[in-house]
Amino acid sequence: MTIYVHEWKQNQKSLWIWTIAVAAMILICMMLYPQMKEQADSVSEMFSQMGGFSSAFGMDQVNFGDALGFFAIECGNVLALGGVMFSALLGIGMLGKEENLHTAEFLLTHPISRRRVLAQKLAAMYTLLVVFYAINFVVTTASFLGVGEEIPWKELEMVYAANLLLAFEVSSICYAVSAFLRTASAGMGIGIGILLYFFNLYGNIAKDAEWVKYVTPFSYADASKIIADGALDTKLLWLGLVYLVVGIAIAFFRYIRKDIA
Amino acid sequence: METVIQTEHLVKKYGKARGITDVSLTVNAGEIYGFMGPNGAGKSTTIRSLLGLIQITGGTAQIFGKDCTREKADILKKIGYMPSETVFYKGMKVKDVIALSAKLRGKDCRKQADILCERLRLDVDRKVEQLSLGNRKKVGIVCAMQHEPELCIFDEPTSGLDPLIQKVFFDLILERNKEGATFFLSSHVLSEVKKYCTRAAIIREGKVIAEDSVENLIAGSARKVTVSGIADLPEKLQKRVKKVTKDGEQIHFLYQGEPKMLLDILHTQPLTDLLIEEPDMEEIFLHYYQ
Repeated sequence: MTIYVHEWKQNQKSLWIWTIAVAAMILICMMLYPQMKEQADSVSEMFSQMGGFSSAFGMDQVNFGDALGFFAIECGNVLALGGVMFSALLGIGMLGKEENLHTAEFLLTHPISRRRVLAQKLAAMYTLLVVFYAINFVVTTASFLGVGEEIPWKELEMVYAANLLLAFEVSSICYAVSAFLRTASAGMGIGIGILLYFFNLYGNIAKDAEWVKYVTPFSYADASKIIADGALDTKLLWLGLVYLVVGIAIAFFRYIRKDIA
Repeated sequence: METVIQTEHLVKKYGKARGITDVSLTVNAGEIYGFMGPNGAGKSTTIRSLLGLIQITGGTAQIFGKDCTREKADILKKIGYMPSETVFYKGMKVKDVIALSAKLRGKDCRKQADILCERLRLDVDRKVEQLSLGNRKKVGIVCAMQHEPELCIFDEPTSGLDPLIQKVFFDLILERNKEGATFFLSSHVLSEVKKYCTRAAIIREGKVIAEDSVENLIAGSARKVTVSGIADLPEKLQKRVKKVTKDGEQIHFLYQGEPKMLLDILHTQPLTDLLIEEPDMEEIFLHYYQ
């Protein structure tokens, strides 16, 4: 548990910065809802004239005048993008920082197998993500109460569950990528997150790009789609889980054999 | 005598790059063993292979009779290691790094850590990023010795340490060595090896070219000779000498060969003075490198 606790402590600052930033954005957005509710008709009309742009952000799938629809459009993307940035940075940095900062020689010359190092770092990474989403979930429910709306528990639970899996998947992919690199940078992690996000935007606009939803985890974590369907796309969730497991397997396979120079 | 480290024809290649090509050495229990070579000769690669940080390409490497790749975790329990570049996690205090190292070993080393910190005059409340190279080395020494390992591997341990702390460091080594610990020191500083090591190996371009007691390494190499009273060295001698320098009436050179032959040749010369000395470590080093 030593490495688990060490990583938990090492990433505290990052956890609180990202959590507070995303939670604050969700709160601010939701605070705008009462005002936007009054203009819902004109805003909906405006969205309907925006064509592909509306589709890209899921604005054609939910009702902007409804609190849940407003949350999906305004806060869904903030939550997904913020969560993915945080998880990508965690994933790429967990292993990458040891070689970038030359601490790998310190860590890996202690009597602890690389398997245990990998497992404890992974567990710490997932714990940090769970805490990030748990706090944001609480803030989201509080924001619904704050604007005088009932908490849509089922829908929020689905959105957060999908986003948690999204974060696990992206962090695991970045974890695997960093196992191959000697100098894994934060920019690379952010790049992977943004690339996957834009894949989803492209998939939402180009209706013939069906394959995209099987590539990007944003397809199953899109709050607008989840709320419009009233259900999660289990097929895509399972596929995300497969990517996650493959990512972890690759990270273990590679890092156990990796030369630490 | 129990063997602590044994490598046989150890090879590590980095793609087409050399790494190490043939490293065979034996370190016995209770020795202070010197490992010498210039930058890029393969010292750190050899150490990383022993510690399982890199996968060896060929040959074998064993510590305490265990395979360095397969039984790495068992081996590392008995080892203390200090790398040449001692770097720790930013934001941590010295005492936290030392405690983390002990926890990773599953041991309570507080008593020994306190003693080491006091002797090395290490401020444990400072953050690691505020430390100079020398102070980082001190933290490295504490982390490597606080659990009282059977074998310590130090890569360029004294670089950055001031002379006073260097003395404390070697005192610690000698004390632990008396208690039975084995030391493997990679070093550029030949005087250190001569003073503290019982045996040593010299590595050149990835290959161990000599391994023996420090005494024999000195005996087997060239003699440092100074003659006076002649303008030039006799022709017979010129084939057997290196590094000839003239200093006024004196001629200095390194002689490789039988002492009797040197005396037979010089006997015929009108010498006014003759001095034959044991070579210093620098000259031994050059001898094996040329």
